[in-house]
Amino acid sequence: MVKVVLWGSLKHAADGQTEVDLEAENVREALDALAARFPKLKPLLDRGVSVAIDGVFYRDAWFAPIRPDSEVYILPRLAGG
Amino acid sequence: MTELHQQGAKRTFKLVGTRPLRPDGIDKVTGRARFGADMDAPGMLHGLVLRSPHAHARIKRIDVSKAERLAGVKAVVTRDDFKLPADSALADICRNVMAREKALYDGHAVAAVAAVSKAVARKALQLIKIDYEILPNVTDVDAAMKPGAPILHETLRTEGVEPKPRKASNVARRHEFGHGDVAKGMAQADIVIERSFKTAATHQGYIEPHACLASVGPDGRGDLWVCTQGHFMVRNTCAGLLGMDASQLRVTASEIGGGFGGKTTVFIEPVALALSRKAGRPVKMVMSRNEVFRATGPTSSSSIDVKIGIKKNGRITAAQAELRYQGGAFPGSPVEFGAMTAFACYDLENVHTVGYDVVTNRPKQAAYRAPGAPMVAHAVESVIDELAKKIGMDPLDFRLLNASKEGTKSSFGPTYGPIGLRATLEEAKRHPHHTAPLGPNQGRGVACGFWFNFGGDTCVSLNINVDGTVGLSVGTPDIGGSRASMSLMAAEELGIPYEKVRTIVADTASLGYNDVTDGSRVTFAAGMATIKAARDATTKLCARAAKVWGIPAEAVVWENGHAKPAGPNAGNFAPMSLAEIAAVASSTGGPIAGHYEVNADGAGVSFATHMVDLEVDPDTGKVTVLRYTVFQDAGKAVHPSYVEGQYQGGAAQGIGWAINEEYIYGADGRLQNAGFLDYRIPVASDLPMIDTVILEIPNPGHPYGVRGVGETSIVPPLAAMANAVSAAAGTRLTELPMSPPRVLKAIMENGRGA
Repeated sequence: MVKVVLWGSLKHAADGQTEVDLEAENVREALDALAARFPKLKPLLDRGVSVAIDGVFYRDAWFAPIRPDSEVYILPRLAGG
Repeated sequence: MTELHQQGAKRTFKLVGTRPLRPDGIDKVTGRARFGADMDAPGMLHGLVLRSPHAHARIKRIDVSKAERLAGVKAVVTRDDFKLPADSALADICRNVMAREKALYDGHAVAAVAAVSKAVARKALQLIKIDYEILPNVTDVDAAMKPGAPILHETLRTEGVEPKPRKASNVARRHEFGHGDVAKGMAQADIVIERSFKTAATHQGYIEPHACLASVGPDGRGDLWVCTQGHFMVRNTCAGLLGMDASQLRVTASEIGGGFGGKTTVFIEPVALALSRKAGRPVKMVMSRNEVFRATGPTSSSSIDVKIGIKKNGRITAAQAELRYQGGAFPGSPVEFGAMTAFACYDLENVHTVGYDVVTNRPKQAAYRAPGAPMVAHAVESVIDELAKKIGMDPLDFRLLNASKEGTKSSFGPTYGPIGLRATLEEAKRHPHHTAPLGPNQGRGVACGFWFNFGGDTCVSLNINVDGTVGLSVGTPDIGGSRASMSLMAAEELGIPYEKVRTIVADTASLGYNDVTDGSRVTFAAGMATIKAARDATTKLCARAAKVWGIPAEAVVWENGHAKPAGPNAGNFAPMSLAEIAAVASSTGGPIAGHYEVNADGAGVSFATHMVDLEVDPDTGKVTVLRYTVFQDAGKAVHPSYVEGQYQGGAAQGIGWAINEEYIYGADGRLQNAGFLDYRIPVASDLPMIDTVILEIPNPGHPYGVRGVGETSIVPPLAAMANAVSAAAGTRLTELPMSPPRVLKAIMENGRGA
């Protein structure tokens, strides 16, 4: 199990939760598990998010590994100028 | 030579860290460089856009018949020529490049013409009749949020709130970040300061207006030459809007005269393609400066409340902010990044930020260097400065006491790895600028800033030529010197002189997808791909040498530009240089090339501290910047002159944002200062030399330790300037720009007027 933290705006689509325990060994499994548990989250996740694993940001990196003790945050998709 | 200490390893660089001549220098000073407007084609037409003079109006009818009948007019396009895409983000771009039911801002495109000359095109625009129903407008972010404000989109419902609203409003999204218990933290505080701040919308102010040349043949295949930060993005977006296959639209990036984020989307490009497709001839479109101001993407204006509580010893107990950003006529202001970055510089137990993304009757905002961060840094760093003063602590010491460090849980969530904020603060404290004396009416301000940086999709090819020179193809337009830094990294890795490498920006048919040049990503991500492509090439070069020598490829290593046997057991062969292996490439197996494709991650976050001295004229309120120093971590400065240029450029743009620049709208919702005469950006004669201190704390996510530097430098200056002006004027200023009338008013109200 890994603890995944959602940024505050997503909690309304996740039954008010911001911390979710999931079975996931990589980003794709984590996103799929979130979408399966909270169908209202799916369109928000599909629109694009960043996933921070142990402080490193990933965009669209399905196979970035997640360990059971990893710190995982779902955050808005980063953009820049 | 410079050294890299990273993950226990020490690396000595021969070329990285030096300052060779820029490869585009001669072309740019002699006029040989071809920018967006410098492309021509046989039979080319000139395209112009008709723009709404109204901030908010229903378009009841468009009659183009007279314009179409004018001699020399070859095509007219309107909303009817663009099919609205199903994807909502693409649909917003479609509505932005050509208005549909409503014109949503002054300058919104409503029709476009292609004609044999600009004169004919201009005349044709006058013949287009639009029947408008003028609607009430709103351009201020706070006004747009009030009940009863004119509504831009009847279908817009605020996201991120529960229950989901049943009524339309101008608030597109609510974002929320933080941790801990802010109420509890505030209750523990000895001192609490709460302030409200406003910043104006500012334009990136790139010197080159948007320009392109589009050519679509009767077979549906198209070419587009365009000034952009990302030609792959242009291809995909335009192909989506025009219903073309990506492979059928080849996009080539021109030289680019600045972008700063403003050229990370499309405006005239799909219109030029639509006109060309309809006319069957190439169409060139070049925006005027007036159009750039009215119809491209400035950054958001903002309205922000900040509240911070501290103990008497200066330790912050709680911090919170509410941010309201208007992003123009469509959702997508960078308020979430503002809310994430607001307190990123501080190690906080209790922090909470809320951001509202608001639509108004202004042009759709576009990215501007660290989008969303400078405005909120202005607000937060102003309150930090006031708190430090209140307890009589040096503002750098106050920040050091509270600064984020490795292991800090950031205000937006993740725990920081190794970061350089404290190093920039300590360097600022040691610098002579910190203790230099100040004269009457002068003030000093400091501020910190944070930006994320990212990597993204990157694909490069490196070709070894038969004469031992190298051609490197990248897919990221060169805005800030990337051809020089890529050439340096390739030459470093290959062990050949810098002058032997020529880096070009290849078109969309020549490479795999490359993300836009943004997010301070290119030196990091394209640099990483270049290094890996060079390593791919040296592996192949070693294999060719091994073939020549008749030994296994694994028995050959690459050192100092030569393939050589790995050890005495491999055999006794004289090393072969890159040029020697290249010369016999055809005989040993054919051309030699290295490639690398990656979705790069590990960019590493970035921090900076800025310090400014300035003088306020108590009679006029005019601010004169006297001295400015930037302290920022570059990880590893590949070409230090360009790094300094990024630091100086960010400071210069931030100074303009702080004291001069603003979009001024009348009650009619029309932009009143759409030109550089009335929208004043700082020029060289307005500023002192901006000093820079490059810190090098290697980024573990890059082979050479590189960290992006392009954006962070614009985050602190708004606040540093506000803190300095407030110190010089003897009263706290909370609204940008701090133009002479506003500064003078503050001085008069404070009773210090002449």
